[in-house]
Parts: sequence; C-alpha cells; structure tokens
Amino acid sequence: MGYSTSEFRSGLKVMLDGDPCSILENEFVKPGKGQAFNRVRLRNLKSGRVWDRTFKSGESLEGADVIEKDMEYLYNDGEFYHFMEPESFDQHQADMAAVGDTSKWLKEQDRCVVTLYNGSPLLVTAANHVELEIAETDPGLKGDTAQGGTKPATLTSGAVIKVPLFLETGEVVRVDTRTGEYLGRAKD
Amino acid sequence: MSDWRPGAELRAMRMRADLYARIRAFFHARNVLEVEVPLIGQTAASDPHINSIGADCADNSLYYLQSSPEYFMKRLLSAHGEAIYSLGKAFRREEAGGRHNPEFTMLEWYRPGFDEHVLMDEVECLIGGVLTLPSVQRVSYRALFLDKLGIDPHRAELKELKRKARAHTDIHWDDEDRDVWLDVLMTHCIEPSLGAGLVFVHDYPESQAALARVECDSTGTPVARRFEAYVGGVELANGYWELTDAEEQARRFEKDRSQRHRLGVAQVEADEKLLAAMRSGMPACAGVALGVDRLLMLMGAGDRIGDVLSFSFERL
Repeated sequence: MGYSTSEFRSGLKVMLDGDPCSILENEFVKPGKGQAFNRVRLRNLKSGRVWDRTFKSGESLEGADVIEKDMEYLYNDGEFYHFMEPESFDQHQADMAAVGDTSKWLKEQDRCVVTLYNGSPLLVTAANHVELEIAETDPGLKGDTAQGGTKPATLTSGAVIKVPLFLETGEVVRVDTRTGEYLGRAKD
Repeated sequence: MSDWRPGAELRAMRMRADLYARIRAFFHARNVLEVEVPLIGQTAASDPHINSIGADCADNSLYYLQSSPEYFMKRLLSAHGEAIYSLGKAFRREEAGGRHNPEFTMLEWYRPGFDEHVLMDEVECLIGGVLTLPSVQRVSYRALFLDKLGIDPHRAELKELKRKARAHTDIHWDDEDRDVWLDVLMTHCIEPSLGAGLVFVHDYPESQAALARVECDSTGTPVARRFEAYVGGVELANGYWELTDAEEQARRFEKDRSQRHRLGVAQVEADEKLLAAMRSGMPACAGVALGVDRLLMLMGAGDRIGDVLSFSFERL
C-alpha cells in the first residue's frame, strides 16, 4: 500500500529507488502562497546512507515489507550468522553485509533486533545495552578508582572500548552499543 | 492515558494572552477598528496552493472554513472605508508540521491610503514592540536571489532554476512552472540564510502577485507590489498594496481556476460578492496578514507550533 507525504512518520518503512528505506524526519515546508513540499530525511536500510530528499506534498511512496523482530543470536558458522525467533523457534541466517559492524557486539544467546526485508535479514542491531567479558586489557591499577583515566579493553565479542584503569581481564562490563561507551561493571 | 494533556505550557498560554492584549492596544492607539468576520463562507480563497476545508452547514449547499478573513474584510472596506483589523482563526487543509497547523491564528489588517512600504513601517513597529530585532532590512526579491544565488529570478531560464534547485536538494520530480522552482530555492536555500533579524522581501514576480497590484519596477520589469516579512528565517507576514480593480480581480480568479485545473485540485467559485464590492469602490489600501502562532514561537513560547497551541492537530 502507498503512503502520502502527510502520512510519513519517523520509523515508517518505504521503498525508494528500489531499496527499502526508513523515514527519520519529515518536515513540511510551504511558502504561504506557494507550492508545499516535504523535506524528508531517510535512511537506506541496505547501505545505511542517510540523506534528505524533497517531495512535493501529496506525492506517495510504496510501503516496504520490512519488519523488526527480537531474536536470539545463536552462532556464526564462518559465513553466516544464525538467529532464532524465541517464540516460534524459526531460524534465520544473515550474511556479513546484514550484520556489519554489529558483529563486534554479538554474544551467543543474547537478544538483538533483526530487520527482515521480504522475509530475509537485512540488518542486525544489537540491544542498546549489552554485558560482555573483557578478553584483554592492561593490568588494573588498584586504588585508582577516583581518577578519571581510561585504557583500551578488547571484549570477547571483538569490540574495543575504553574502560576505567582499575578493571581487569575477565571482568564483565555493561556497554552502550550505540556509542561504545562503558556504563559500569555488570551486576552478577 | 496521558495524551489528553495540552501541548502548550501555562507559560506559553500566558504569553499568548499578553500578546493579544498588546496587539489590541497597538491598534486601539492607532485608531484601527477591530472587526469580527465569519469563519464560514460560501466561497473559498482561489489561491492555487491554498486548499480550504469544507463545512457541512446545511443540506445541498457548500460552505468553507475561511483560509483568511480577506474577502470579508475587503467587503467591509468597500462598505465603510475604515482602517480595520481582525484577530482570529484561519483554516487550511493539509497543512501540518513544525510551523503549520490546519487551524491557526491570523492577525490581518488593512490601511486605506497606505502603500506596502508605509505598511512595512507599521509591521516593523508591531513586531519590534514584542521582539528584540537585531536588524531590520528591506530587500527586493530580485536582489535577494542575486545576492544568495547569483540569479535574476525574473529573467533566469527555467532550466537554470531547475539546475540551481537540484544542486541544493535531492529532487526526483519535474515541473514546468517557474514558480515551483523559485519556491524550492526560496524555502530550501534562501530562508535558512536570512539571519536572526527582520527581513522584508518585496517586489515579487508578477506570477506570484496573488491579490497585489502589479507595476513596473525601476528596471521596467513588472513586479507584484507584495512583501513577506521574515524573522529568523521564519515567514511571519504577507502584505500587499491591494488590487482594487474588480475586472483585474476577475481575471486573477480565472487565472487561478486554470492553474487549479492544471494542478488537479478542487475548483472554487469566484466570489461574486467580493467582485461586486470592488466594483462599488474599494478604497486604495495596503493589507497584511501575520501568523500569530509563529510570532509567539519567535518570542520564545516554543520551538514548534504545537508548543504554542493548546491542542494542535495531532492532539485533537
């Protein structure tokens, strides 16, 4: 079904130039006596590219068959990443293009969001907050908790983040995957 | 359910009440009479890009919520010749966004004996009384396009307008109407660069005359004696040295009809009572309409129009 510019909302998925896109912003622009436009900010869900396009108000776009589903990450077989829908146990395999940079946050059995386009994984997004173990970091500096200093730490999933100096290899940390920011020690 | 709540905070509502009082005091001191005019009319504005909302008032007849008080006010002017203003609601179909709401508050006034430049002085006084203006400027539509884009909007070829517009924004449609491309350039390139002060843009292309007189400028180009007032790049008011010639008015109605046909939008009948009023003698005057909700936004009552309205369209 088609959507008119006045129905464009943040989060709406539409087809544009043959690719599924997500609408991020829609600004109505109109000189009092002149033509009305909609300046629309979109994200191409295949390439990740974000850009602005100007439509004449009243133009419409086809909806894209895109849904976002919470899934459990199962394993990586070297070529594909495998995910499972927790209720139906339906499994989906995503290639590296769909997983992209998210791979560095993925831990087996963790929940993440898989965007399906025409039923196939198009994009994988990690949960906003994940708990991951430090695989490697310089030895901790005891008693330095008051100082604001940081050091790099490699997590078991592959991501490298900045952590406070007192943390040790083997500790589990909470991280914001959108910014890569260290949030604190995981409470166990 | 929490979405029953209003969009405007109490502070914004107090600012609005205070602004209304100041507007009324401003015009009272200048002997401009406040008038009430109907919000419902038997005809609608003919502007090709303004669509009115139908009102189901009675069986077998069509009424419209008025997109501005203009036609009724011009009938009052023709009857009494007095300086008048109206502070009230206006309605426009399919206009909703950060600066638009289908129902909004418009201040409109008419000044017999003024031309648009004298009226700009008065607009400046009114706006300057409620906003701190870092600068006030008057610039012709041509000078503005030459300055910001290096093109003469009256003379540039259509393909040049398209090329400029497409260089500044991603557009995948086409149009053979020069004004559509001028509107793209105005809204996308020029408005954002107008700065924080008050800018009056005047002498519009003849094709955008609406209900303003057309006369030749100093270069011999016919221009519409019309102005727009911008503050901080926001279009705030639109004024005319008003057309008073009924026969020219009838031709403009006809021109709007053919353009509405081309655009595929609903036709509206020419307002015969307006034409009759103009034939009986409408005084030479200048008139202007100012968006009160936008003025409140510029006064700091809110960033989006929904912040200054009790219940914007999305909260109905």
